[in-house]
Amino acid sequence: MSLNPPPEETPGLRRRFIISSSIVVCAFFVLALRLWSLQVLGVDHYRELSERNRIRHVAIHAPRGAVFDRYGTLLVDNRPAFTVSALRQEIGDREKLFHHLSELLEVDEEQLEERWQAGQGLPRYRPLPLLEDVGRQAMEMVQENSVDLPGILVEVKPLRAYPYGEMAAHLFGYLGEVTENELDQPEFSGYRSGEMVGKTALEREFEGRLRGTAGQKRIEVNVRGRELRQLTTRSPLPGQRLYLTIDAALQQAAETALADNAGAVVALDVRSGEILAFVSRPTFDPALFARGVSSDEWRELIDNPRHPMTNKVLRGQYPPGSTFKMVVALAALEAGTVTPTTKFECDGSFKLGNSYEYRCWKRNGHGIVDLHKAIKESCDVWFYRAGLETGIDRIASAAQRLGLGQPTGFPFGGESSGLIPSRAWKKKRFGTSWYDGETVISSIGQGFVLTTPLQLASMAAALANGGTVWKPRIVQKIVDLEGETDWLLTPEKLTETAWSTESLKAVRDAMESVVNDVGGTAWRSRLEKVRFAGKTGTAQVVRRKSDEEEEQAEDDEVIPYQYRDHAIFVSYAPADNPQIAVAVVVEHGGHGSSVAAPVARAVYDAYFTEETDSKDTVQKVVTGD
Amino acid sequence: MFDRRLITHFNWIYLLLILLISAIGIANMYSATSSWTTAAQPVYLKQFYWLGIGLLIVALICVFDYRHLEYLSFPLYGGNLLLLILVLAIGRTSMGATRWISLAGFNVQPSEIMKIVIIVALARYFSEKEHLRGFNLRELIAPGLILGVPALLIMKQPDLGTALLVLCIGGTMALFAGVQRSSVTFLAVAGLAAAGGGWFLLHDYQKQRILTFLNPERDPLGAGYHIIQSKIAVGSGGFNGLGFMKGTQSQLSFLPERHTDFAFSVFAEEWGLIGCLLLLALYCLIVLLGLHIALRSCDRFGMYLAIGVSAMLFWHIVVNLGMVIGLLPVVGVPLPLFSYGGTSMVSTMTGIGVLMNVGMRRFMF
Repeated sequence: MSLNPPPEETPGLRRRFIISSSIVVCAFFVLALRLWSLQVLGVDHYRELSERNRIRHVAIHAPRGAVFDRYGTLLVDNRPAFTVSALRQEIGDREKLFHHLSELLEVDEEQLEERWQAGQGLPRYRPLPLLEDVGRQAMEMVQENSVDLPGILVEVKPLRAYPYGEMAAHLFGYLGEVTENELDQPEFSGYRSGEMVGKTALEREFEGRLRGTAGQKRIEVNVRGRELRQLTTRSPLPGQRLYLTIDAALQQAAETALADNAGAVVALDVRSGEILAFVSRPTFDPALFARGVSSDEWRELIDNPRHPMTNKVLRGQYPPGSTFKMVVALAALEAGTVTPTTKFECDGSFKLGNSYEYRCWKRNGHGIVDLHKAIKESCDVWFYRAGLETGIDRIASAAQRLGLGQPTGFPFGGESSGLIPSRAWKKKRFGTSWYDGETVISSIGQGFVLTTPLQLASMAAALANGGTVWKPRIVQKIVDLEGETDWLLTPEKLTETAWSTESLKAVRDAMESVVNDVGGTAWRSRLEKVRFAGKTGTAQVVRRKSDEEEEQAEDDEVIPYQYRDHAIFVSYAPADNPQIAVAVVVEHGGHGSSVAAPVARAVYDAYFTEETDSKDTVQKVVTGD
Repeated sequence: MFDRRLITHFNWIYLLLILLISAIGIANMYSATSSWTTAAQPVYLKQFYWLGIGLLIVALICVFDYRHLEYLSFPLYGGNLLLLILVLAIGRTSMGATRWISLAGFNVQPSEIMKIVIIVALARYFSEKEHLRGFNLRELIAPGLILGVPALLIMKQPDLGTALLVLCIGGTMALFAGVQRSSVTFLAVAGLAAAGGGWFLLHDYQKQRILTFLNPERDPLGAGYHIIQSKIAVGSGGFNGLGFMKGTQSQLSFLPERHTDFAFSVFAEEWGLIGCLLLLALYCLIVLLGLHIALRSCDRFGMYLAIGVSAMLFWHIVVNLGMVIGLLPVVGVPLPLFSYGGTSMVSTMTGIGVLMNVGMRRFMF
């Protein structure tokens, strides 16, 4: 036991106690000061950080605007698609998790790992999509097993749905993820990476109206990112609805008629330029793009020799062949170089000077031919001579006034302008003068002459309506959320020509005979219930080199596909009171009479079967403006 | 043998303060762990049992006269040192550190016991040796060894936090015993130099902690996460607090270690500055009362015991709070009576028992 005196009585120690107590008080004072600075001065800052910790803003995708046909038939819609995603903060043992998930959903483990690696660029708080558009069954499987799948969640977003499958795919276009390049552009401000945007056609042209406004929900999450409760929700606003001028029944009839052929069908209302059918085949499945097309699928589409990704209505350029003969006829009648009764003899060929012999398709000749017979039976010799006497420039002028050789003004899709040659054009293009032989072949729509299916339909419509080339229109109206019409179609004239009634009548009578009279080239395609007028055409793809070759080539089976002729048919109906014009191009289809005309026939068959009241609606829509 | 004065001199106020802090701690633990659904036995309940055991220890220690410790001090110290060596040799490793040893079926943490034993050993040493002019360097070699050897052994486990605390407790006692000014200066300079050199001896995670303390944003999701989340919790508490059970940082589990080292953050978020200042005052009071007991103790051994225990409480409180509010690096030091943990409760209560023992026997000399 120590014998030292107690500390209270030692003055030195007392001082030490006072000092230590002061140090203790000071230390606590410093702590208090720090607390004051955090909790009083810093409270706003730290509360904000705390909010940021626990509150997450989640975008709710807006359903894109639906697309309807002219009668309100739903053409493009949305359906809920379930995406299996991973919340990266919450995932511990990835290997085990993916193994479990792959067994549950019967998918490849490596595929999950691939998606995982590919998604590492996404912000960490965003769920990483592993499997897109899984079925409802898979969605339920994941949700039932959520306890064993920590960090895996199922998201719902609206995805484009196409009740008619591939129908009119070129018209609707497709969607794809917005690219980094696009995100830099001002028109895509407000888009987030990963968002789907219209890439082509209608989806692209009306992106701004179709997109809608994304909603947002504020959710409270815990440290693992698991949603605990919803705080507030702002509902998404769906995009505006598009009503097209398309007639779904007609469109489907045209698609079916063209079947597996490559080519295009366009049907126009001759009184307004409204497009009733818009077919380009072969086509693609837009639903494939809605869920994200794989590179293999894409390559297959791009490498297909029949070009399913090309919109042939707008971008296919074909020599019009004999369907150009109406243009030549009108030009010649206008110039006075022929009259409807002018007769030429066709002995199967036409000799220009002493040099070259131009053959009629009918080897042994048509005999004595007037305008009517020349169109009805498609005599080439009559048109060689009429064209030669009229001259290329007057033919070109007529062609242009019928809407050929220039863009029709279709609002999207980058249509081709086709080509109507003239002396000036050739001088400018090749620096050489025009040869009469070129006039001869131009008169039957060969040589330099190129047209698009849409132009051919416009031309047929102009012949039918007396000379007005309407700007083809595809969107009838756009309806906003409140059901108010936000935008309405107004028919617009591209050109209008007052052809002489007599000339028009002569040409139209002949076109009627093509289909309805014995000996007409499309006689086999006539319809009982409605008389339609038309003109067949067979456009040569390559000039045949010699007679022997042609002899050989007589049998279509022998000619390689890519060298076969294009089959063309332009028409309108009814012949006496035209409402609708139809142009058909069947690529490498052979003869217009045997391949293209039946397609048009099928379209008319469908059109004139429909209820009469719906036709009245058309009238109202057109005249209502 | 039993003196009625033992009861009258028993410091009831001190006991009341201890119980008050413990009660707040248990309530806070209830809130901090309310989102846990899986635990078989709620943590706050376990802490309640530990408090009971702690109070039993206090009672047990108070029965015996602390002066018996004086004879036992060096054997205790030697035994504890042996245990520390044994830990390094055959100890149980968990989470990268070897701190535990099995003794008669109990898992014992000798470094925790050392906190108390070093107080007893140094109290014995300083009560016998005294230099009115203060200790000089040469005279500090012996107590330096008493302190340094166990500190080094603990650091080797590695348990930097406990090692530093043992050094702080011992250092405080030495300073109180009196050290020459020139020696203090020398030791401070040498200490800084050693810290500089010691940097290279630190484990990676320890370096991380220090670097991250200096700049928590360096690694916001890793080592800096604790401190950032803790500051957010404390700061968002504001003046009034968010209310009991209503702190989002703790209830939504953003705050790690919220029932152990960061229990105070939970309290700060839910009770605000008001609550914090109250708790701070309580803690300040128990340290000051401890010093008061030291001042009024009847002999130098008792005084040094009381000084040591007060220093132990003081350093635990200051280091833990400093860490939680971002003033000090994250070292795993629990807040006495507030953080969950049986070991911490037992060592704290043992210290408090010794302190109260000294206080109730101040009349005997």
